[in-house]
Amino acid sequence: MIMTQIVNAKGLTKDYGSLRAVDNIDFNILEGQCFGFLGPNGAGKTTVMSTICCFMPPTSGDVQVFGINVTEDPGQIKARIGVMPQDDNLDVELSVFENLIVYARYFDILKKDSSRLAQELLDFVELKDKADVNIRNLSGGMKRKLILARALINKPNLLILDEPTTGLDPHSRHSVWDKLNHLKSNNTTLILTTHYMEEAEKLCDRVAIMNSGKIVTIDTPSNLMDAHGAKNLEDVYLKLTGRRLAE
Amino acid sequence: MKLKKAYRVWQRNLTVYTKRYKSSLVLNFVEPVLYLVALGFGLGAFVKEINGVPYIKFLAPGLIASSSMFAATFECTYGTYIRMTYQKTFDAILVTPINIDDLVAGELLWGATKGTFYGIIIIVVLSIFGLVDSPYIVLTIPLIFISGLIFAEIAVMASAVIPGIDSFNYFNTLFMTPMFLFSGIFFPLDTLPPAVAKFAFFTPLYHVVNIARSFSSGHIKNSVPDIIWIVIVASLLLPYPFRLMHRRIIK
Repeated sequence: MIMTQIVNAKGLTKDYGSLRAVDNIDFNILEGQCFGFLGPNGAGKTTVMSTICCFMPPTSGDVQVFGINVTEDPGQIKARIGVMPQDDNLDVELSVFENLIVYARYFDILKKDSSRLAQELLDFVELKDKADVNIRNLSGGMKRKLILARALINKPNLLILDEPTTGLDPHSRHSVWDKLNHLKSNNTTLILTTHYMEEAEKLCDRVAIMNSGKIVTIDTPSNLMDAHGAKNLEDVYLKLTGRRLAE
Repeated sequence: MKLKKAYRVWQRNLTVYTKRYKSSLVLNFVEPVLYLVALGFGLGAFVKEINGVPYIKFLAPGLIASSSMFAATFECTYGTYIRMTYQKTFDAILVTPINIDDLVAGELLWGATKGTFYGIIIIVVLSIFGLVDSPYIVLTIPLIFISGLIFAEIAVMASAVIPGIDSFNYFNTLFMTPMFLFSGIFFPLDTLPPAVAKFAFFTPLYHVVNIARSFSSGHIKNSVPDIIWIVIVASLLLPYPFRLMHRRIIK
Protein backbone atom coordinates (compact mmCIF):
# COMPACT_ATOMS: atom_id res chain seq x y z
CA MET A 1 0.00 0.00 0.00
CA ILE A 2 1.36 3.40 -0.94
CA MET A 3 0.77 5.96 1.75
CA THR A 4 0.24 9.58 0.89
CA GLN A 5 2.74 12.07 2.21
CA ILE A 6 0.90 14.74 4.16
CA VAL A 7 3.98 16.78 5.04
CA ASN A 8 7.25 16.80 3.16
CA ALA A 9 10.16 18.96 4.28
CA LYS A 10 13.50 19.23 2.49
CA GLY A 11 16.39 21.29 3.82
CA LEU A 12 14.14 23.20 6.21
CA THR A 13 16.14 25.96 7.90
CA LYS A 14 14.81 28.72 10.12
CA ASP A 15 16.81 31.62 11.50
CA TYR A 16 15.65 34.14 14.08
CA GLY A 17 18.12 36.94 13.48
CA SER A 18 21.51 35.37 14.04
CA LEU A 19 20.10 32.35 15.85
CA ARG A 20 19.61 29.23 13.75
CA ALA A 21 16.60 27.53 15.35
CA VAL A 22 16.20 24.78 12.74
CA ASP A 23 19.18 23.66 10.71
CA ASN A 24 18.63 22.01 7.35
CA ILE A 25 16.31 19.16 8.29
CA ASP A 26 14.40 16.68 6.12
CA PHE A 27 11.35 14.65 7.10
CA ASN A 28 8.08 13.39 5.74
CA ILE A 29 4.89 12.54 7.51
CA LEU A 30 2.47 9.94 6.18
CA GLU A 31 -1.28 10.06 6.10
CA GLY A 32 -3.06 8.60 9.10
CA GLN A 33 0.10 8.33 11.15
CA CYS A 34 1.10 10.03 14.33
CA PHE A 35 4.49 11.68 14.06
CA GLY A 36 6.29 12.99 17.13
CA PHE A 37 9.00 15.62 17.47
CA LEU A 38 11.00 15.01 20.63
CA GLY A 39 13.88 16.92 22.06
CA PRO A 40 15.01 19.28 24.80
CA ASN A 41 13.66 22.82 25.16
CA GLY A 42 15.05 25.01 22.43
CA ALA A 43 15.72 22.08 20.10
CA GLY A 44 13.53 23.65 17.41
CA LYS A 45 10.36 21.55 17.75
CA THR A 46 7.93 24.44 18.09
CA THR A 47 9.59 26.25 15.18
CA VAL A 48 9.06 23.20 12.97
CA MET A 49 5.40 23.12 14.00
CA SER A 50 5.02 26.85 13.30
CA THR A 51 6.40 26.31 9.83
CA ILE A 52 4.03 23.44 9.12
CA CYS A 53 1.01 25.50 10.18
CA CYS A 54 2.20 28.34 7.91
CA PHE A 55 2.73 30.71 10.83
CA MET A 56 6.45 31.21 10.29
CA PRO A 57 7.87 31.14 6.77
CA PRO A 58 11.07 29.04 6.44
CA THR A 59 14.33 30.92 5.94
CA SER A 60 15.27 28.34 3.34
CA GLY A 61 14.22 24.88 2.25
CA ASP A 62 10.97 23.53 0.95
CA VAL A 63 8.00 22.54 3.10
CA GLN A 64 4.90 21.09 1.50
CA VAL A 65 1.69 20.27 3.32
CA PHE A 66 -0.97 18.35 1.33
CA GLY A 67 1.41 18.88 -1.62
CA ILE A 68 1.11 22.67 -1.31
CA ASN A 69 4.10 24.84 -0.51
CA VAL A 70 3.62 26.63 2.82
CA THR A 71 4.72 29.96 1.38
CA GLU A 72 2.53 29.70 -1.70
CA ASP A 73 -0.99 29.10 -0.49
CA PRO A 74 -1.12 29.13 3.32
CA GLY A 75 -4.86 29.81 3.33
CA GLN A 76 -5.66 26.56 1.58
CA ILE A 77 -3.41 24.58 3.93
CA LYS A 78 -4.72 26.29 7.06
CA ALA A 79 -8.32 25.51 6.09
CA ARG A 80 -7.48 21.79 6.41
CA ILE A 81 -5.36 21.74 9.57
CA GLY A 82 -6.25 21.96 13.23
CA VAL A 83 -3.81 23.39 15.75
CA MET A 84 -3.63 22.77 19.47
CA PRO A 85 -1.08 25.31 20.69
CA GLN A 86 1.19 25.00 23.69
CA ASP A 87 -0.29 28.13 25.27
CA ASP A 88 -3.86 28.40 26.36
CA ASN A 89 -5.31 31.04 24.04
CA LEU A 90 -9.05 30.61 24.47
CA ASP A 91 -11.27 33.70 24.48
CA VAL A 92 -11.58 34.27 28.22
CA GLU A 93 -14.62 36.54 27.95
CA LEU A 94 -16.66 33.88 26.17
CA SER A 95 -18.35 30.68 27.26
CA VAL A 96 -17.18 27.21 26.24
CA PHE A 97 -19.78 27.01 23.48
CA GLU A 98 -19.16 30.55 22.22
CA ASN A 99 -15.45 29.85 21.92
CA LEU A 100 -16.22 27.12 19.40
CA ILE A 101 -18.75 29.20 17.47
CA VAL A 102 -16.42 32.21 17.18
CA TYR A 103 -13.56 29.96 16.06
CA ALA A 104 -15.78 28.26 13.46
CA ARG A 105 -16.47 31.65 11.90
CA TYR A 106 -12.79 32.02 11.02
CA PHE A 107 -13.33 29.03 8.73
CA ASP A 108 -16.54 30.53 7.32
CA ILE A 109 -18.60 27.74 8.86
CA LEU A 110 -22.23 28.81 9.00
CA LYS A 111 -23.93 29.22 12.37
CA LYS A 112 -26.39 26.36 11.88
CA ASP A 113 -23.54 23.98 11.06
CA SER A 114 -21.20 25.26 13.75
CA SER A 115 -23.83 24.89 16.50
CA ARG A 116 -24.30 21.25 15.61
CA LEU A 117 -20.56 20.67 15.23
CA ALA A 118 -19.84 22.38 18.53
CA GLN A 119 -22.39 20.14 20.28
CA GLU A 120 -20.81 17.03 18.76
CA LEU A 121 -17.31 18.12 19.67
CA LEU A 122 -18.26 19.01 23.24
CA ASP A 123 -19.77 15.57 23.46
CA PHE A 124 -16.57 14.05 22.09
CA VAL A 125 -14.34 15.81 24.65
CA GLU A 126 -16.85 15.25 27.49
CA LEU A 127 -17.61 18.90 28.10
CA LYS A 128 -21.26 18.85 27.09
CA ASP A 129 -22.52 19.92 30.51
CA LYS A 130 -20.02 22.81 30.54
CA ALA A 131 -21.29 24.44 27.33
CA ASP A 132 -22.46 27.64 29.02
CA VAL A 133 -19.66 27.86 31.57
CA ASN A 134 -17.20 30.73 31.37
CA ILE A 135 -13.62 29.79 30.45
CA ARG A 136 -12.33 31.16 33.75
CA ASN A 137 -14.23 28.44 35.60
CA LEU A 138 -12.65 25.52 33.74
CA SER A 139 -9.89 23.33 35.14
CA GLY A 140 -6.60 23.03 33.24
CA GLY A 141 -7.64 19.65 31.86
CA MET A 142 -11.00 20.96 30.65
CA LYS A 143 -9.28 23.87 28.93
CA ARG A 144 -6.95 21.53 27.06
CA LYS A 145 -9.90 19.43 25.96
CA LEU A 146 -11.77 22.50 24.79
CA ILE A 147 -8.70 23.60 22.81
CA LEU A 148 -8.67 20.13 21.25
CA ALA A 149 -12.35 20.47 20.36
CA ARG A 150 -11.67 23.90 18.90
CA ALA A 151 -8.85 22.50 16.76
CA LEU A 152 -11.32 19.98 15.32
CA ILE A 153 -14.05 22.46 14.36
CA ASN A 154 -13.02 22.49 10.68
CA LYS A 155 -12.75 18.67 10.52
CA PRO A 156 -9.01 18.85 9.84
CA ASN A 157 -7.08 16.20 7.90
CA LEU A 158 -3.98 17.11 9.86
CA LEU A 159 -3.89 17.90 13.56
CA ILE A 160 -0.89 19.70 15.02
CA LEU A 161 -0.42 19.28 18.76
CA ASP A 162 2.22 21.28 20.59
CA GLU A 163 2.68 19.64 24.00
CA PRO A 164 -0.97 18.61 24.21
CA THR A 165 -0.88 17.24 27.74
CA THR A 166 1.71 19.37 29.52
CA GLY A 167 0.55 20.22 33.02
CA LEU A 168 -2.32 17.73 33.10
CA ASP A 169 -3.09 15.20 35.79
CA PRO A 170 -2.89 11.50 34.79
CA HIS A 171 -6.66 11.14 34.33
CA SER A 172 -6.92 14.12 32.01
CA ARG A 173 -3.82 13.00 30.14
CA HIS A 174 -5.23 9.53 29.50
CA SER A 175 -8.49 11.10 28.44
CA VAL A 176 -6.70 13.29 25.86
CA TRP A 177 -4.75 10.24 24.63
CA ASP A 178 -8.01 8.35 24.12
CA LYS A 179 -9.37 11.17 22.00
CA LEU A 180 -6.20 11.36 19.92
CA ASN A 181 -6.15 7.61 19.34
CA HIS A 182 -9.76 7.78 18.27
CA LEU A 183 -8.94 10.53 15.75
CA LYS A 184 -6.03 8.52 14.42
CA SER A 185 -8.27 5.54 13.89
CA ASN A 186 -10.41 7.82 11.69
CA ASN A 187 -7.38 8.52 9.50
CA THR A 188 -6.55 11.97 10.89
CA THR A 189 -2.81 12.59 10.65
CA LEU A 190 -1.28 13.80 13.90
CA ILE A 191 1.93 15.69 14.54
CA LEU A 192 2.89 16.27 18.13
CA THR A 193 5.67 17.57 20.30
CA THR A 194 6.00 16.30 23.81
CA HIS A 195 8.39 16.00 26.72
CA TYR A 196 6.65 12.82 27.91
CA MET A 197 8.30 9.79 26.37
CA GLU A 198 5.44 7.62 27.55
CA GLU A 199 3.11 9.80 25.48
CA ALA A 200 5.31 9.43 22.42
CA GLU A 201 5.47 5.64 22.88
CA LYS A 202 1.70 5.37 23.26
CA LEU A 203 0.71 7.62 20.36
CA CYS A 204 3.48 7.93 17.81
CA ASP A 205 4.08 5.64 14.82
CA ARG A 206 7.32 7.45 14.13
CA VAL A 207 9.36 9.97 16.06
CA ALA A 208 12.10 12.45 15.20
CA ILE A 209 14.51 13.21 18.02
CA MET A 210 15.81 16.75 17.68
CA ASN A 211 18.73 18.51 19.29
CA SER A 212 20.10 22.01 18.62
CA GLY A 213 17.98 22.50 15.52
CA LYS A 214 18.94 19.21 13.88
CA ILE A 215 17.20 15.86 13.64
CA VAL A 216 19.36 13.27 15.39
CA THR A 217 17.28 10.31 14.27
CA ILE A 218 13.91 9.38 12.78
CA ASP A 219 12.35 5.97 13.28
CA THR A 220 9.55 4.02 14.93
CA PRO A 221 9.76 3.96 18.73
CA SER A 222 10.26 0.16 18.73
CA ASN A 223 13.09 0.28 16.17
CA LEU A 224 14.81 2.96 18.22
CA MET A 225 14.52 0.93 21.40
CA ASP A 226 15.91 -2.17 19.64
CA ALA A 227 18.75 -0.29 17.99
CA HIS A 228 19.90 1.24 21.25
CA GLY A 229 19.21 -1.77 23.44
CA ALA A 230 16.87 0.32 25.56
CA LYS A 231 13.75 -0.88 27.32
CA ASN A 232 11.87 2.38 26.80
CA LEU A 233 11.97 5.48 24.64
CA GLU A 234 13.14 7.64 27.52
CA ASP A 235 16.47 5.77 27.65
CA VAL A 236 16.92 6.22 23.90
CA TYR A 237 16.12 9.91 24.23
CA LEU A 238 18.54 10.46 27.09
CA LYS A 239 21.26 8.55 25.29
CA LEU A 240 20.85 10.48 22.04
CA THR A 241 20.31 13.98 23.37
CA GLY A 242 22.54 13.61 26.42
CA ARG A 243 25.58 12.45 24.46
CA ARG A 244 25.22 15.30 22.01
CA LEU A 245 24.89 17.81 24.77
CA ALA A 246 28.01 16.51 26.47
CA GLU A 247 30.09 16.93 23.32
CA MET B 1 -6.21 41.09 2.56
CA LYS B 2 -9.73 39.77 2.16
CA LEU B 3 -12.53 41.91 3.50
CA LYS B 4 -14.59 38.90 4.53
CA LYS B 5 -11.76 37.53 6.66
CA ALA B 6 -11.18 40.97 8.19
CA TYR B 7 -14.89 40.97 8.98
CA ARG B 8 -14.44 37.69 10.91
CA VAL B 9 -11.92 39.40 13.19
CA TRP B 10 -14.18 42.44 13.55
CA GLN B 11 -17.05 40.10 14.35
CA ARG B 12 -15.03 38.31 17.02
CA ASN B 13 -14.27 41.61 18.73
CA LEU B 14 -17.92 42.63 18.54
CA THR B 15 -19.02 39.32 20.08
CA VAL B 16 -16.61 39.75 22.96
CA TYR B 17 -17.61 43.40 23.37
CA THR B 18 -21.32 42.64 23.56
CA LYS B 19 -20.55 40.37 26.52
CA ARG B 20 -19.31 43.24 28.66
CA TYR B 21 -20.59 46.40 27.01
CA LYS B 22 -22.68 47.43 30.01
CA SER B 23 -19.70 48.16 32.22
CA SER B 24 -17.49 49.82 29.60
CA LEU B 25 -20.29 51.80 27.96
CA VAL B 26 -21.13 53.65 31.15
CA LEU B 27 -17.47 54.49 31.82
CA ASN B 28 -16.92 55.89 28.35
CA PHE B 29 -19.95 58.08 28.53
CA VAL B 30 -19.45 59.36 32.07
CA GLU B 31 -16.16 61.08 31.30
CA PRO B 32 -17.36 63.44 28.54
CA VAL B 33 -20.41 64.27 30.62
CA LEU B 34 -18.11 65.16 33.52
CA TYR B 35 -16.20 67.55 31.26
CA LEU B 36 -19.44 69.00 30.04
CA VAL B 37 -20.75 69.65 33.54
CA ALA B 38 -17.48 70.74 35.16
CA LEU B 39 -16.20 72.96 32.37
CA GLY B 40 -19.44 73.79 30.59
CA PHE B 41 -21.28 74.95 33.68
CA GLY B 42 -18.30 75.65 35.97
CA LEU B 43 -15.95 77.49 33.64
CA GLY B 44 -18.85 78.56 31.45
CA ALA B 45 -20.15 80.73 34.33
CA PHE B 46 -17.04 82.92 33.96
CA VAL B 47 -16.29 82.67 30.25
CA LYS B 48 -19.87 83.17 29.08
CA GLU B 49 -19.23 83.27 25.33
CA ILE B 50 -16.60 82.35 22.77
CA ASN B 51 -16.98 83.76 19.26
CA GLY B 52 -20.54 84.70 20.17
CA VAL B 53 -21.43 81.14 21.24
CA PRO B 54 -22.32 80.25 24.86
CA TYR B 55 -19.30 78.41 26.32
CA ILE B 56 -21.10 75.12 26.88
CA LYS B 57 -22.18 75.07 23.24
CA PHE B 58 -18.65 75.89 22.17
CA LEU B 59 -17.32 73.00 24.25
CA ALA B 60 -19.94 70.34 23.53
CA PRO B 61 -19.19 69.31 19.90
CA GLY B 62 -15.51 68.83 20.68
CA LEU B 63 -16.46 66.13 23.15
CA ILE B 64 -17.94 64.09 20.31
CA ALA B 65 -14.51 64.15 18.71
CA SER B 66 -12.53 63.41 21.88
CA SER B 67 -14.84 60.63 23.04
CA SER B 68 -14.56 58.97 19.66
CA MET B 69 -10.80 59.42 19.67
CA PHE B 70 -10.31 57.87 23.11
CA ALA B 71 -12.54 54.90 22.28
CA ALA B 72 -10.70 54.09 19.04
CA THR B 73 -7.29 54.68 20.58
CA PHE B 74 -7.79 52.63 23.74
CA GLU B 75 -9.24 49.79 21.71
CA CYS B 76 -6.23 49.56 19.43
CA THR B 77 -3.57 50.29 22.03
CA TYR B 78 -4.47 48.39 25.21
CA GLY B 79 -7.10 46.21 23.54
CA THR B 80 -4.98 45.16 20.59
CA TYR B 81 -1.86 44.76 22.71
CA ILE B 82 -3.64 42.54 25.23
CA ARG B 83 -5.13 40.39 22.48
CA MET B 84 -1.72 40.10 20.85
CA THR B 85 0.47 39.53 23.90
CA TYR B 86 -1.45 38.38 26.96
CA GLN B 87 -4.51 36.59 25.64
CA LYS B 88 -2.66 35.28 22.57
CA THR B 89 -5.83 35.73 20.54
CA PHE B 90 -3.71 36.61 17.51
CA ASP B 91 -1.89 33.27 17.70
CA ALA B 92 -5.22 31.45 17.80
CA ILE B 93 -6.55 33.37 14.80
CA LEU B 94 -3.42 33.17 12.66
CA VAL B 95 -3.47 29.38 12.44
CA THR B 96 -6.91 29.56 10.82
CA PRO B 97 -7.33 30.70 7.18
CA ILE B 98 -7.09 34.31 8.40
CA ASN B 99 -3.71 35.89 7.72
CA ILE B 100 -1.91 38.78 9.36
CA ASP B 101 -3.26 41.37 6.90
CA ASP B 102 -6.85 40.25 7.46
CA LEU B 103 -6.22 40.39 11.20
CA VAL B 104 -4.78 43.92 11.17
CA ALA B 105 -7.59 45.12 8.90
CA GLY B 106 -10.13 43.62 11.32
CA GLU B 107 -8.51 45.36 14.27
CA LEU B 108 -8.47 48.73 12.46
CA LEU B 109 -12.09 48.42 11.38
CA TRP B 110 -13.09 47.44 14.88
CA GLY B 111 -11.24 50.41 16.40
CA ALA B 112 -12.92 52.78 13.94
CA THR B 113 -16.30 51.19 14.65
CA LYS B 114 -15.88 51.62 18.36
CA GLY B 115 -14.82 55.24 17.88
CA THR B 116 -17.91 55.86 15.77
CA PHE B 117 -20.15 54.16 18.29
CA TYR B 118 -18.92 56.31 21.18
CA GLY B 119 -19.16 59.42 19.01
CA ILE B 120 -22.81 58.58 18.33
CA ILE B 121 -23.52 58.14 22.02
CA ILE B 122 -22.19 61.63 22.76
CA ILE B 123 -24.20 63.07 19.87
CA VAL B 124 -27.31 61.58 21.46
CA VAL B 125 -26.39 62.87 24.91
CA LEU B 126 -25.66 66.39 23.64
CA SER B 127 -28.90 66.42 21.69
CA ILE B 128 -30.79 65.52 24.86
CA PHE B 129 -29.04 68.40 26.67
CA GLY B 130 -30.16 70.66 23.79
CA LEU B 131 -26.59 71.52 22.85
CA VAL B 132 -26.81 70.69 19.15
CA ASP B 133 -28.31 73.32 16.84
CA SER B 134 -28.29 71.55 13.50
CA PRO B 135 -29.55 68.14 12.34
CA TYR B 136 -26.46 68.08 10.10
CA ILE B 137 -24.68 66.62 13.12
CA VAL B 138 -25.87 63.21 11.88
CA LEU B 139 -23.63 63.64 8.85
CA THR B 140 -20.55 63.68 11.07
CA ILE B 141 -21.03 59.95 11.74
CA PRO B 142 -19.27 58.69 8.58
CA LEU B 143 -16.57 61.32 9.13
CA ILE B 144 -16.03 60.11 12.69
CA PHE B 145 -15.54 56.65 11.23
CA ILE B 146 -12.73 57.99 9.04
CA SER B 147 -11.11 59.84 11.92
CA GLY B 148 -11.62 56.72 14.06
CA LEU B 149 -9.63 54.86 11.44
CA ILE B 150 -6.79 57.37 11.80
CA PHE B 151 -6.70 56.90 15.57
CA ALA B 152 -6.87 53.12 15.15
CA GLU B 153 -4.00 53.25 12.65
CA ILE B 154 -1.81 55.28 14.99
CA ALA B 155 -2.72 53.05 17.92
CA VAL B 156 -2.02 49.78 16.08
CA MET B 157 1.33 51.20 14.97
CA ALA B 158 2.10 52.00 18.60
CA SER B 159 1.06 48.50 19.68
CA ALA B 160 3.31 47.00 17.04
CA VAL B 161 6.44 48.82 18.15
CA ILE B 162 6.25 49.13 21.93
CA PRO B 163 8.35 46.72 23.98
CA GLY B 164 5.82 46.40 26.83
CA ILE B 165 2.39 47.60 27.88
CA ASP B 166 3.82 50.29 30.22
CA SER B 167 5.19 52.11 27.19
CA PHE B 168 1.66 53.28 26.40
CA ASN B 169 2.21 55.79 29.23
CA TYR B 170 4.66 57.63 26.97
CA PHE B 171 2.18 57.47 24.13
CA ASN B 172 -0.58 58.90 26.32
CA THR B 173 1.49 61.62 28.00
CA LEU B 174 3.49 62.77 25.01
CA PHE B 175 0.87 62.39 22.29
CA MET B 176 -2.71 61.92 23.49
CA THR B 177 -2.84 64.48 26.30
CA PRO B 178 -1.23 67.40 24.37
CA MET B 179 -3.42 66.59 21.39
CA PHE B 180 -6.51 66.59 23.62
CA LEU B 181 -5.63 69.90 25.33
CA PHE B 182 -4.58 71.80 22.21
CA SER B 183 -7.22 70.53 19.83
CA GLY B 184 -9.48 73.55 20.18
CA ILE B 185 -12.04 71.67 22.27
CA PHE B 186 -11.68 73.92 25.31
CA PHE B 187 -10.57 77.25 23.79
CA PRO B 188 -9.94 78.65 20.31
CA LEU B 189 -6.33 78.22 19.26
CA ASP B 190 -5.96 81.63 17.60
CA THR B 191 -5.20 83.25 20.96
CA LEU B 192 -2.17 80.99 21.42
CA PRO B 193 1.35 81.40 20.00
CA PRO B 194 1.34 80.42 16.30
CA ALA B 195 3.60 77.46 17.01
CA VAL B 196 0.83 75.79 19.03
CA ALA B 197 -1.71 76.34 16.29
CA LYS B 198 0.75 74.81 13.84
CA PHE B 199 1.21 71.79 16.11
CA ALA B 200 -2.56 71.41 16.27
CA PHE B 201 -2.84 71.44 12.48
CA PHE B 202 -0.76 68.27 12.33
CA THR B 203 -2.90 66.39 14.86
CA PRO B 204 -6.05 64.61 13.70
CA LEU B 205 -8.16 65.60 16.68
CA TYR B 206 -8.02 69.33 15.83
CA HIS B 207 -9.68 68.62 12.49
CA VAL B 208 -12.32 66.33 13.92
CA VAL B 209 -13.20 69.03 16.47
CA ASN B 210 -13.58 71.57 13.65
CA ILE B 211 -15.79 69.16 11.75
CA ALA B 212 -17.99 68.39 14.76
CA ARG B 213 -18.29 72.08 15.62
CA SER B 214 -19.28 73.22 12.14
CA PHE B 215 -21.75 70.37 11.64
CA SER B 216 -23.25 70.99 15.06
CA SER B 217 -23.85 74.66 14.26
CA GLY B 218 -24.92 73.94 10.68
CA HIS B 219 -21.98 75.74 9.00
CA ILE B 220 -20.82 72.67 7.13
CA LYS B 221 -18.76 74.48 4.50
CA ASN B 222 -16.25 75.72 7.10
CA SER B 223 -15.01 72.19 7.61
CA VAL B 224 -14.23 71.20 4.01
CA PRO B 225 -10.43 71.56 4.49
CA ASP B 226 -10.67 69.45 7.65
CA ILE B 227 -12.60 66.73 5.84
CA ILE B 228 -9.98 66.67 3.09
CA TRP B 229 -7.26 66.52 5.76
CA ILE B 230 -8.69 63.45 7.53
CA VAL B 231 -9.36 61.56 4.29
CA ILE B 232 -5.80 62.15 3.07
CA VAL B 233 -4.17 61.26 6.38
CA ALA B 234 -6.28 58.13 6.88
CA SER B 235 -5.13 56.92 3.44
CA LEU B 236 -1.49 57.90 3.91
CA LEU B 237 -1.17 56.08 7.23
CA LEU B 238 -2.94 52.93 6.07
CA PRO B 239 0.06 50.81 4.95
CA TYR B 240 2.04 51.29 8.17
CA PRO B 241 0.00 49.35 10.73
CA PHE B 242 0.17 46.36 8.38
CA ARG B 243 3.92 46.66 7.84
CA LEU B 244 4.75 47.16 11.50
CA MET B 245 2.52 44.33 12.70
CA HIS B 246 4.00 42.06 10.07
CA ARG B 247 7.44 42.87 11.39
CA ARG B 248 6.38 42.27 14.98
CA ILE B 249 4.51 39.00 14.56
CA ILE B 250 5.95 37.11 11.61
CA LYS B 251 9.53 36.32 12.54
